[in-house]
Formats: sequence, C-alpha cells, structure tokens
Amino acid sequence: MDKIQLAEFFKSLDSDLEVKEGKQYTEVTVPPSKIHSLASQLREKEEALFDFLDCITGVDYGHDLGVIYHLRSTKYQHMVVIKSRTADRENPLFDSVSDIWETANLHEREAFDLLGIKFANHPDLRRLFLNSSWGFPLRKDYVDNDMITW
Amino acid sequence: MEEKVKDIDTDEQQEYIINIGPQHPSTHGVMRLVVSLKGETVKNVEPHLGYIHRGIEKMCESLTYQQIIHLTDRMDYLAAHMNNEVVCLAVEKALEIEIPDRVKVIRTLMSELTRIQSHELFWASYGMDLGGQTCYFYGLRDREMVLDIFEETTGGRMIVSYNCPGGVMYDLHPNFQKRVKEFLKHFRKVLPEYDDILTNNVIFHERTVGIGPLSLNEAISYGITGPSGRASGFSCDVRKHEPYSAYDRVKFNEVLYAEGDAFHRYLARVEEMRESMNIIDQLIDNIPEGPYAVKMKPVIRLPEGEYYQRVETPRGELGVFIISDGNKTPYRVHFRTPNFANLSVLNHLVKGFKIADLISIFGSLDFVIPDIDR
Repeated sequence: MDKIQLAEFFKSLDSDLEVKEGKQYTEVTVPPSKIHSLASQLREKEEALFDFLDCITGVDYGHDLGVIYHLRSTKYQHMVVIKSRTADRENPLFDSVSDIWETANLHEREAFDLLGIKFANHPDLRRLFLNSSWGFPLRKDYVDNDMITW
Repeated sequence: MEEKVKDIDTDEQQEYIINIGPQHPSTHGVMRLVVSLKGETVKNVEPHLGYIHRGIEKMCESLTYQQIIHLTDRMDYLAAHMNNEVVCLAVEKALEIEIPDRVKVIRTLMSELTRIQSHELFWASYGMDLGGQTCYFYGLRDREMVLDIFEETTGGRMIVSYNCPGGVMYDLHPNFQKRVKEFLKHFRKVLPEYDDILTNNVIFHERTVGIGPLSLNEAISYGITGPSGRASGFSCDVRKHEPYSAYDRVKFNEVLYAEGDAFHRYLARVEEMRESMNIIDQLIDNIPEGPYAVKMKPVIRLPEGEYYQRVETPRGELGVFIISDGNKTPYRVHFRTPNFANLSVLNHLVKGFKIADLISIFGSLDFVIPDIDR
C-alpha cells in the first residue's frame, strides 16, 4: 500500500486515530491504552500484514515520555511509524507487544533500562545493561556528577 | 545400593547452572551466558549484557553529526564502514543533498570489501570454535589483504571512519584499484580451499547440519536479518529492497536458503563473499571521476523532524533513528543494531540441544558484542 492507502486503512481501523503524513513514513499516534489492540490488528489483517518490528525507541520529550514503533511488512514492504506518549513520568506504562512480535522482548527491556518506561504484561522486565541502582540515563533530567561536560 | 541409584536420579532431575563468559573465547567478546543444563542438554540460556555498554546513544546527544560518525565505528567494529555510512545517509537525506556519483561508488566498494573481511573473520573464528585451528590462520591471512587496502586509503584498518556527511574524508589511494584486483585474484584462488577444509568437511557437517533450525515465520517474528535470516528464507536484504549508494546499478543475487540451520547460516555467509566479489567486479573499473565530497557547512543542523535510515551490514539490518529539534546536536539517536535483534532468538534456538551445540549455534549467528551493548 502507498501512503494514501495506508492512511485510509488506519482511518478504517479506528476513526479516532491521529494519522499524519511524515517526511518518510505514515505516522500514527495512539493513546497508550490502545497500543496492544492496534498492534495485534496490524499484525493479523491480511491487507496490511505488518509482521516485522524494526525497532522500539523510547524518547524523553522533556515533559512526556514516549515510545515509537517502526513496523514493516515483509510481504508488501510498506512501513509505518506508531507513536504513543504519556505525561506520567513516575510510572510510565505502555502495553507490551512482545506476545505479537518476539523481538519486542529485548527492545522493550532496553527502553525500560535506559528510560524507565514500563511495559505491562512483559514476561521478563528487568534491567538490561545497567544495574538496578543506576538511574535512567537517556532521560533528559538525568544527572550524573561524574559526567564530563564541555 | 537402591538408595544410591535413586540419588543419581534426583541429581539428574536437577538443573545445573553454568556461566559461560564474560571472558570465554567462544563468546567473541565480553558477554555472559547463564546456561541451565540438565545433564548435557540445554534447558535455558540467559544472556547477561552490559559489560561493554558505553552509552553511545547518550553520548550522541551531546555531539555534532560529524562527531557521531566516529562513535559508530565502535559499535560493530567489523562493519565500521557501514556504521559510518548509515549516519551519513541519514544526514544527507535530511538535508536533501545530492551526493556525487564517485562517492556512491566508493562507498559501495568499501562496503563490499568490509563485508568480505567480516565474513572472512566469521569463517575463521567459526572454524576455530568447532575445532579447526587452521581455519583461523587461513581466514586472518586473507583478511589482512583487505585491511591493508583500508589502511592505504583511510589510514585505519578496522576503525576506518572514512565517511563524512556529504562524501568521504579523502580520495582513494592511487593504488586502490590495483590492490583490490590483486586481492580478488588471490581470494578467488583460495576460496575453494575454504570449501575444501570446512564446507565439505564431514566433522563440520556433524556439528552444524540440522543444529539450531529456525523457520521463516520465527525469523520474521524474532526480527532476524542478515545472512542468519536469509538462511531461513527471509528475504531481508536492504540492498535489494531499499537500494542506497550504488546498489541500484549492480547485479547480484540475494543468497536465500530454506533450511535455516547452523550450516546454512554458515553457507549463506560464504556465498555472500562470492556475491560481494561480483559486485566489486562490476564497479572497480567504472569508478566515475568527480569530487569525493560535496562541501558542507562546518556546523550541520538538521531540520526539525525524524529520520530513519537502514543499511545492510554483514550481520543484518542496521537502522538509525534520529530525532532532530533543529540544533547542531541531535535530540535523540537510536540505533537498531542487527546483533541486538538477532540475540533475542538465541534462547529459542539452543533449547533442547547439547551444550556443545550452544557453541555451534552461537557462532553461526556471528555476534559482535559491542554492537549489542552499545
């Protein structure tokens, strides 16, 4: 599907979805509560078949914390970017998609490790690179007294 | 007597936990695998990461785009050129700069040489992992010739840092074409030896054929790209699906197999070396004349927005995701590294196989640990 068809496809799934023409890919913004249902529909629907998860990126927007999914279809080679964000910095909670794409398991652990973003129903949400007493270094308000700045 | 037999039974019921690494030679770097064994059978493998985590993504947030390129070398040090290239391509795409033809061809040539030397090292170390010491010497001997070519042009052997936004750092060395042709001639002669000593070796077959099979659907779900994915029949070559640099003007085959076991993951890499040589053949005599870089502003500011760029490294699909807020440093950089994604399948592959097969499967996935930890 090209960008226009993709935008229509997302509108047909859920008319509340915020679909935007990005510079490269179609970008869809969803609230955290809808991620899992949208993801499983994208994976299952024959006409879209987003079966390959490229990566999951956690982002600190300053006030909000967000998650960005890059999805691709190995059959049609089209790509879409799913975005979600929450203002809750204390307990940022998104639904895990590791039951839909196995690769999400490690990507979500990485986002948890570096940004403190939690994923509900993740089978094994532990720190990945750093130990548990470390802060979340990719957050913009992270302070490390030993950090070299210039 | 009967009691003793019972004891042995209960011992066998228990799982035995063993640490492989972080300094084990077969992990090819600092990674710790916590392996649960029942007898000799692997029940569970849990990789422990972070021994070489340097926070590259965090560092990128305080560096300019030219500086970032020098950090990316340190992720997958066997594919340093592609790691540089992905950032350059992303920056060039964001600024909508047209790159001279000469640069595109130079980048493609360098990428394919990088792919050959990386697969040579894979071949060498995989042979050694499975008990063939000679392979290591053969592989490193031939790899040295490629590294010499790199050294002559770029000044670096592994960590080349040859790309810069808008082109490459310096022009090709006058000896480049001659040296590459010498290397191809030599390598075409010795590659059949590689097959004789390892590919057609019965002991090697025993260790790899049917070991750690991965189906196509699993490969897609686990996000396995590169030769490891293509050995399972997953057509995932970025060079084919989303051509960058000069890949749209060369002819080559995507090496695909259906079996997906350790042997075919190995075979895919050996065949890719042949394909890479074909690509170099097509380009080496037709390097266009022209500038080797376009003039860029000393301070690069990407327009506000998000940019995603993929390239094909020897180990799979490398993606870079840049969020820019218009400053000279990026707001957020995320690397989708192939080794990180490929690692997720390890536990699934080794379950039920013997501990000796763990080495075989781990080797066949060709991990570079700094690329996982970043």
